[in-house]
Amino acid sequence: MSPIISVHNLVKHYPGVVAVDGISLSIPQGICFGLLGPNGAGKTTTIEILEGIQLPTGGTVLYKGEVLDARYREEVGIQFQHTALQEFLTVRETMELFESLYHHTLPIPELIELCSLGDILNRDTRKLSGGQRQRLLLALALINDPELIFLDEPTTGLDPQARRNFWDLVKLVKSRNKTIVLTTHYMEEAYALCDEIAIMDKGRIVSQGTPAQLLSQHFGDVVLQIPRIDSVSKLPELGLSVVDAGDMVEISTSRLHHTLQQLIENGVNLDRLRIRAWTLEDLFINVTGKQKP
Amino acid sequence: MKKFLAVLHARNMEFLRDRSALVWNLAMPFLLVMGLAFTFSGSNKEIYKIGVVGGLEAMSRSATVLQATQHLKFIEYAELQVAIDKVKHHQLDMLIVVSGTPKYWINSSSPNGYMLERIVWGTEGQKFQRQAVEGKEIRYVDWFLPGILGMNMMFSCLFGVGFVIVRYRKNGFLKRLKATPLGAFHFLFAQLISRLLLIMLITIVVYSGCNLLIDFNMQGSYWVLLLVTTLGAMCLISIGLLIAARTASEEFAGGILNTLTWPMMLLSGAWFSLEGTHAWVQQLAQVFPLTHMIAATRAIMSEGATLSQVMPHVWVLALMSVVFLALGALVFKWE
Repeated sequence: MSPIISVHNLVKHYPGVVAVDGISLSIPQGICFGLLGPNGAGKTTTIEILEGIQLPTGGTVLYKGEVLDARYREEVGIQFQHTALQEFLTVRETMELFESLYHHTLPIPELIELCSLGDILNRDTRKLSGGQRQRLLLALALINDPELIFLDEPTTGLDPQARRNFWDLVKLVKSRNKTIVLTTHYMEEAYALCDEIAIMDKGRIVSQGTPAQLLSQHFGDVVLQIPRIDSVSKLPELGLSVVDAGDMVEISTSRLHHTLQQLIENGVNLDRLRIRAWTLEDLFINVTGKQKP
Repeated sequence: MKKFLAVLHARNMEFLRDRSALVWNLAMPFLLVMGLAFTFSGSNKEIYKIGVVGGLEAMSRSATVLQATQHLKFIEYAELQVAIDKVKHHQLDMLIVVSGTPKYWINSSSPNGYMLERIVWGTEGQKFQRQAVEGKEIRYVDWFLPGILGMNMMFSCLFGVGFVIVRYRKNGFLKRLKATPLGAFHFLFAQLISRLLLIMLITIVVYSGCNLLIDFNMQGSYWVLLLVTTLGAMCLISIGLLIAARTASEEFAGGILNTLTWPMMLLSGAWFSLEGTHAWVQQLAQVFPLTHMIAATRAIMSEGATLSQVMPHVWVLALMSVVFLALGALVFKWE
């Protein structure tokens, strides 16, 4: 499938800092693409260059195979990480304001239904809850019926329920064959929403692929957690992939049955054994060498 | 046009629904006019003002004793008619012409003129030929009204536009608009027109309200007055837009705005006339749009000046508006 947006050898310098250091990527139409990375990795700079908000120092950005032009602003939708709205306007008036800025728009009633804004239409935008505000900002990002939508940390600060409601909304938008570029601090969010992710560190992409591909590339299928005191003396002799995790040790394996048999035969106490799957958070720490952003 | 109207409407709503700001914008100039009218309702001046045509040096030769008298202020005028008009409107208590046949003018209905005439007779005898003019007194309230309204417009235009755009930039609203097809010129023009409509509405309401209670002296055309004040407001808003074109710090913007407003407040003739001050002060005052707006509105209201008579001020205000708006649009940054 031809990419809806692609970047080649993208570079962005600030005085004394290389924020983006020669990244290239292509995003196919209709997927949700996640851009992850620790603070200062260059993901916000990258997404702002993709949005056309910032100009790169070097490299090219192509939208549908062409360089970005005035048409681009008509065809993309953007939800910024931090944004304010015109004060003293209601939700409906704010939508009408943004509707007036585009040539082609979705009908406002359709957006109201899609983003569940019916109950708050006449509410002053300063009096919205975090979840309501994010739904409105998403509606504004969708108001020009864009094919490509940028969501920059859209659920930061939301409670778990509001976050999951927002995920449902993003899935609904994606089901309309929209392409979404998402940055997030929440690895479970990236796992739930993204078809493909790229992890950035120090201005470069250090890992890219589908979540399943990346997890299988970097880890075994599952991880066994055993308290250190039950295991520590026996494990070095068994040749297993063992990682320190505080009071526990973690053993990564793709042959669960065989590993368990090996541990039992060597007298490791498995009374407090826990088994879990590897997550994107493990991957994030593994490839960036840092705690999650 | 659709984009412009949408941004204009949104900004108008934002302003009108901010009740506290709206009430303050209306109440402040009203209270200021009423307060000053009350304060200065008694004697207008503490000293006598005498205009001199023909030069102060010639005056010192032909009226030595008079010039040495205390509590008299002598102001030199180049044009006789301008000075006579000031006597008519009680802005001068007396006019003395020392070129040719020495003459003095007083207003027949001016008590100060009557007193000065006695002083002239007492100090210089009968060597000056008496001339009398008639004319309605311009009260101090009539004199300072254009200054008060002009100053209120200045603060509203500069701070109302400058601070609002800096706030938009700081809180990310401008960045959000940058992501839309809205152009900088549409945005800035909508801000200009919105503030212009609102400040003109407020000024008309304040003027009308005060006029009901004070009955201002209005000799000229309301249409010319509207044209001059509209151009003056446009010019001040354009300066506000220029200051806010790149600034992201409210403190910095506040500093620049204060640096501009204080000299304008002191030197544009809003509070006191610059007649009799150093020439360089009067020349510096010509740089400020408020000087031109106040001078033109005073001429229209007090002297019934026509459009052609205030055209020099109109041209200056129009030119400044175009230059500042173009510069603002040129250097404007969304972020």
